[in-house]
Amino acid sequence: MMRLPWFKYCAPKSVAEAAHILAAEGRDAMLIAGGTDLLPNMKRRQQTPATLVSLREVPGLKDVVNGRGLTLGAGLTLNQVVNLPAVKDAYLALHQAAGQVASPHLRNMGTLGGNLCLDTRCLYYNQNEDWRRAIDFCMKCEGETCWVATSSKRCMAVSSTDTAPALIALGANVRLVSAAGEREIAVNDLYQNDGAEYLTRQPDEILTAVSLPDLAGWKSTYWKLRRRGSFDFPILGVAAAVRTAPDGTVLDARIVLGAVSSRPILTEAGGLLQGGKLSDEAIAAAGKKATSAAKPLDNTDLDLYWRKDVVSAFVGYALREIRGDDMSATRLRIMRQL
Amino acid sequence: MSVGTVKEVQRRVHMTLQVNGEEIDVSFAPYKTLLEVLREDLGLTGTKHGCELGECGACAVLIDGEPLLSCLTLAVECAGRAIETIEGLAQGTQLHPLQEAFADLGGSQCGYCTPGAVMTAKALLDKEPSPTPQRIKEAMSGNICRCTGYQQIVESVERAAGCCRNAEREAT
Repeated sequence: MMRLPWFKYCAPKSVAEAAHILAAEGRDAMLIAGGTDLLPNMKRRQQTPATLVSLREVPGLKDVVNGRGLTLGAGLTLNQVVNLPAVKDAYLALHQAAGQVASPHLRNMGTLGGNLCLDTRCLYYNQNEDWRRAIDFCMKCEGETCWVATSSKRCMAVSSTDTAPALIALGANVRLVSAAGEREIAVNDLYQNDGAEYLTRQPDEILTAVSLPDLAGWKSTYWKLRRRGSFDFPILGVAAAVRTAPDGTVLDARIVLGAVSSRPILTEAGGLLQGGKLSDEAIAAAGKKATSAAKPLDNTDLDLYWRKDVVSAFVGYALREIRGDDMSATRLRIMRQL
Repeated sequence: MSVGTVKEVQRRVHMTLQVNGEEIDVSFAPYKTLLEVLREDLGLTGTKHGCELGECGACAVLIDGEPLLSCLTLAVECAGRAIETIEGLAQGTQLHPLQEAFADLGGSQCGYCTPGAVMTAKALLDKEPSPTPQRIKEAMSGNICRCTGYQQIVESVERAAGCCRNAEREAT
């Protein structure tokens, strides 16, 4: 039986108080919101914070502000995000991505901010302590070597968040608050391609809100590959957002890949589509371009060569859906999502 | 509720939990999950201890009406929240329609996933009295069962939904 380790628990009543505790406790403190990512990691001793700073009683983190664009509190649960009509109507990729995270129970618990900060995953890391000790641990936690690529200078654990690719495609920002001040950065700038230090968020910063721009004229979608259609981390995520002129000419397009690197990848495939129509040829070219950006490794589920091969197909599903093709049967078959 | 300050780790937490409509004073180590407190400190062993990592759904309970995983819920965060477990479902010797249907239709075989599955189904029926089979599958997709192949579970929930609707109709 895996017990949680001892920790100090504190429940601040405001963002300022939480930021103050983080500043005082340093790297030994971690934030907890839904707990669905952190608590399993603590049980396996992958993360052992001396202090847990709970965001449960902090007011304002579930606020939804609908004005020019949409601002979502980072403490909204994923199911609360899924059930917001404003998200489904204008930011379909986020609705679909949040709706495919884990299982209904976990979506009732896990938060939007937590999914953005989701720990990277790897077959050599997401194991219990005895298993990891038997291989002398790994570069991500307590060890020296990356067992996926033993000559690698950096950890190759995989970014496994579903909402980040969607939010990058949608051009969203996040607000980070610390005792020293606050800043707003693009979701794309929240990540760096290092499985161990995968966030540019500092340990004393609290991700409080996600702001989405006004996207009138855009269409977006999210497609997810996983072993079980009901309940798994992604082994490929494709988010696409496209703005077209009334005649169907693409004015802007962003295609983002998840789970094929240590960070979500904003590909150059979107640029290829600009100025043309979403023809089968253009979609195939975008799929090929996106495939070249995907760098899956043999540290997650299913065959890595196949996972790279299907990038093009998934980009195709996403773009054809945005074009207006009826992809509902394919969506139901692959993702069990209506 | 009293919890540890930032300066020191508190060895015990004393608080009042509301379980199945009853206020219960309990004292436990602050690292304990709700699952551990229910089973070890309150003797409510109906809620099952499965994967411990949020992957199986065996430990699902209702908190403020929502199906959540008790293995990933810190007990210190449960003050003032209404917790419902499988023990609270039957009224005396009268089984809940879900319990009857699971028993009659083979929705429960080895029984280990059953408390989590039944509580998840209860949350669904409380909100949606007439769910489609597709909707039942979606709502129950976090509850892993290695015996039934799921078909009997979906049938059980459908039958229970019908019984609940009939009971509702007779009552009004």
